[in-house]
Amino acid sequence: MITASFVQDPNFIRSAYILAFGLFIVGLMGLRHPRTAVRGNWIAAAGMAIAIGATLLIEGMGNWGLIALGIVIGTVVGVPAARNVRMTAMPQMVALFNGVGGGAIALIAWVEFRETAGFAHEPLYVAIASLFAAVVGSVSFWGSNIAFGKLQEILPGRPITLGRAQQVVNGALLLTCVALGVAIAAGGDDEILIIGLLVAAALLGNFVVLPIGGADMPVVISLLNAFTGLSAAAAGIALNNVAMIVAGMLVGASGSILTKLMADAMNRSIPNIVAGGFGGGGAVAGGGPADLEGKTVKSTSAADAAIQLSYASQVVIVPGYGMAVAQAQHAVRELAKELESRGIEVKYAIHPVAGRMPGHMNVLLAEADVPYDQLKEMDEINPEFPRTDVSLVIGANDVTNPAANSNPDSPIYGMPILNVNESGSVIVIKRSMNPGFAGIDNELYYDERTQMLFGDAKSAVGEIAEEVKGL
Amino acid sequence: MLVTNLAILVLAGFVGFVVISKVPNTLHTPLMSGTNAIHGIVILGGLIVLGLSGDGTLNKVLLVIAITFGTINVVGGFLVTDRMLGMFKSKPEPKREAAE
Repeated sequence: MITASFVQDPNFIRSAYILAFGLFIVGLMGLRHPRTAVRGNWIAAAGMAIAIGATLLIEGMGNWGLIALGIVIGTVVGVPAARNVRMTAMPQMVALFNGVGGGAIALIAWVEFRETAGFAHEPLYVAIASLFAAVVGSVSFWGSNIAFGKLQEILPGRPITLGRAQQVVNGALLLTCVALGVAIAAGGDDEILIIGLLVAAALLGNFVVLPIGGADMPVVISLLNAFTGLSAAAAGIALNNVAMIVAGMLVGASGSILTKLMADAMNRSIPNIVAGGFGGGGAVAGGGPADLEGKTVKSTSAADAAIQLSYASQVVIVPGYGMAVAQAQHAVRELAKELESRGIEVKYAIHPVAGRMPGHMNVLLAEADVPYDQLKEMDEINPEFPRTDVSLVIGANDVTNPAANSNPDSPIYGMPILNVNESGSVIVIKRSMNPGFAGIDNELYYDERTQMLFGDAKSAVGEIAEEVKGL
Repeated sequence: MLVTNLAILVLAGFVGFVVISKVPNTLHTPLMSGTNAIHGIVILGGLIVLGLSGDGTLNKVLLVIAITFGTINVVGGFLVTDRMLGMFKSKPEPKREAAE
């Protein structure tokens, strides 16, 4: 028996928790600037280490072997996954890490139910907080797994829906969760109640995310991230653990803001996204502008594109998911260097939702050593397009569709876009004429100033760079 | 105790809003990843419940899974965030310095 020392004093442990969440806040503040972000991340990680260390000091802790087992397995799985994931697969990795967090909360709530015989002698708020954590954690776990499956292309990216019945089914599942929760809080202690609750929440998580198209997935991951944070805070209330309350709520608040920023950038409301539709559903069928019929697209060659680019004085590169998939960022950087050596001004136009997540393009271009100050956000670059000789669109689609400005019937009408159609000429590198994730035709491709260069982004950009060198 | 905790909850929410609402678009992906790592704090729940009680085989199994999940969330989350951010810092910019 270890004699209790000051480190096991509950007030010492609480003080360590205060230090820990202080570090979380300082770390998050660091994440606001590119220069301090790396340090911010490690400050938050130090906070986490302190919180975990302090928890292990709590008097009366046991089951050390099992605790070690869980931590070792988690480390053995988590470290290689984080180390080896390709940059393009980052979004689904975040979804997966988010999902396991939600799963952990749901499991803890289930065990709490079992250990307290259905919260029999616990205050009502403990039951409510635990049940909230169970439902939201379970929704987050299953929803994140579906998001992972869709982005990893294990599941089809297109919406899978039950049609009109969708809302009814989701509503019924949510009601089931609430009803079972009320039954437990009111004193029900049969384990079937909590299992039923977890299963209903699991189905709800599946049914909410399955109908959402691939284009909306980042918003969904962000939303589920916020959910996991909220459920962690609820679990903290139930366990009277201040570190969990603060950390969970910080994530709940920041995740909500991030979700809203992303949804705003796509001109969609969050309820609208969760209700499904976009990304290839019914709204799309009527969205194709009729006047595109009979119009043709012009295709071009790498040599022609190279000539146009090398006679430009300003070139704006518009990267999209196609660049990410083809891992073309290094080729793009090579081409840009080549153009710059000829005195051509090169800028990159970054749409807030280009790629699969906000900042996705920045991460990839930074990997290829593109100078940070050449990356221009939408509001900064849009006034530049009329002064731009050539816009080079690499695997971006919906974020350049002028229908968002001009066609009120288009499902993306009102979405802020990059006004590439205002530049002198446009070269679009694209694998085929297949529509983007929104499933709608892009009027830009039919514009007379637009030329299409069909092919894989990496090889197409590489060919252009070769041609430019040869000029 | 409950009221104190609720007060902490509300204040933490406001702190989260204030801290995060000023992040540039560029850092949104790392930020999402970083906050994702922070909610790995759920591992504390697993540690407390398993360490202080954790009776019965099924409970033990569930809690070990919960701790495993929490560890993946924490370790994976911070490492992935670091990898993303490592790309931003990789280039000190002599050219830009000279221009200024």
